[in-house]
Amino acid sequence: MELFTPDFGLIFWMFVSFAILFLILWKWGWPVIMKGVSDRADLIDKGVEYAQNAKEQLDHAREEANKYIEDARRQQAEMLRETDKMKNQLIEEARNAAQAAAKKEMDAAKLSIQQERKAAEEQFRTEVSTFALDIAQKVVRGQLKEDKAQEKLVNSLLDEMEKKN
Amino acid sequence: MIRQLFTTIALALIALLLPSTALASGHDGDNTEAKEGVDAQGIIFDHLGDGYGWEVPFNHHKRIPLPVIVWGSDGLHVFSSSRVTGSANGGVWRDGNAEFKIAGKDSKYKGKVVEIIDGKEVKPVIDISITKNVCGVFIAVLLTIWSILSVARWHKTQGMKAPRRMTGAIEFVIIFIYDGVIKPTLKQKADKFAPYLLTVFFFILIMNLLGLIVIFPGGANLTGNIAVTLVLALFTFFVTNIFATKHYWKEIFNPDVPWWLKYPLPIMPLIEIVSIFTKPAALTVRLFANMMGGHMIVIVLTLLIFIFAAMGPAVTGATAVVSIMFSVFMLLIDVLVSFIQAYVFTMLSTLFIALGQEDGHHEKDHHADEAKAAAVTDAK
Repeated sequence: MELFTPDFGLIFWMFVSFAILFLILWKWGWPVIMKGVSDRADLIDKGVEYAQNAKEQLDHAREEANKYIEDARRQQAEMLRETDKMKNQLIEEARNAAQAAAKKEMDAAKLSIQQERKAAEEQFRTEVSTFALDIAQKVVRGQLKEDKAQEKLVNSLLDEMEKKN
Repeated sequence: MIRQLFTTIALALIALLLPSTALASGHDGDNTEAKEGVDAQGIIFDHLGDGYGWEVPFNHHKRIPLPVIVWGSDGLHVFSSSRVTGSANGGVWRDGNAEFKIAGKDSKYKGKVVEIIDGKEVKPVIDISITKNVCGVFIAVLLTIWSILSVARWHKTQGMKAPRRMTGAIEFVIIFIYDGVIKPTLKQKADKFAPYLLTVFFFILIMNLLGLIVIFPGGANLTGNIAVTLVLALFTFFVTNIFATKHYWKEIFNPDVPWWLKYPLPIMPLIEIVSIFTKPAALTVRLFANMMGGHMIVIVLTLLIFIFAAMGPAVTGATAVVSIMFSVFMLLIDVLVSFIQAYVFTMLSTLFIALGQEDGHHEKDHHADEAKAAAVTDAK
């Protein structure tokens, strides 16, 4: 049958056509496409990898930021506590200093009061002795006769006075 | 669903009734022809076969003329096919001293251009006319080059952008074949043979699809022609054997079988040598038979209408509906078959080439591949 007998002319032209087709595609077609496809696949792979990295970094950055914020908060709290402590300390110190100063003042006042008193006593004594002497003079004037007895009396009186003070 | 069914039945009934009225009057004149019967075989072979000149749609007399190139008794003759296909001068063309005509139905060179020498029909030594099929091959080549180079151009100019529409579709098929067939079978040698295999795939696919288009530039039954598939199979045959490894030849002439299968009678080597040639033969016949079968079924289904025309208008109408439904269905199947056959041809070519690339380091793989090849061959 004619369908099963290959025709020479067709074989010849088919051979030539296919050879030309193959050469053209082999030279200008397939290498470009294959390279393009694999390049694009590489690019997509790279892009995906980059995106994944970026996401990771972003997550990481968020974590980092949170850590920093936490840190800052802690530091702030610490600082506040520190300040509070310092404040209390200062107040304490001030109080102590004030107390010390007050005590000093008081001590000085006491001392001066004592001195005053001493001086007053001294003065009083001299005055009293002067009075006594005056009295004695008067007594002496009146009772010069019983000189000795009189003097004895005066002394005992004076002693009594001193003891009283 | 029910509505669709109802519509179909209604259409069938209308189709049954209409011709009885419409065709009854219109076909009176053709009755004589119809009674003679339809030359089904003639029509089928006319459509499946080759021809000088390309039929113009809906016209049986006019043809697109194509050049006839023959080497006659006195040298090269080139003339338009319209000189011999027409009825002018009885279809005989005198070119120089030689006379040519297309051999009639009774001649053993039926349908071919023959030279008339002393009243006898002699086949020219060489006939490389650009026939309908050759022209179809040229169109297929141009289409293949255009479609593949358009993708290549995209890669050159558009670079890393995602291809869309036709470019994307073609690229998808390229990647489908490369990653699905070539790469898994040929592994690291894939890039060496990929250009050939991809070219074969797209060429066959485009030829198959062109064959399904009824009018110009389709209509030539390319892959359903044994010469076309033979050339493709021969290319695979040469690629397989030229690039084959030492191990491949060793397996043919001294296969790894019990000694008494090789000596004194070289049974296995003989089988292996025969198998070298059966592989391309199988490739040739498979593609040719599948595509031709598909075309033949569609033509026969269409012809049924004219065959049954003799049995009255009602039968004709019913047959027309059924025939057309079946031919459309078959054509749709053929679109699928076009792809599958191109795929199978490429897959088997890849497998045969891969068998020639074995280097003997992994015997098990080799046998597994052979088993796979055998399984695929059996399956078809």
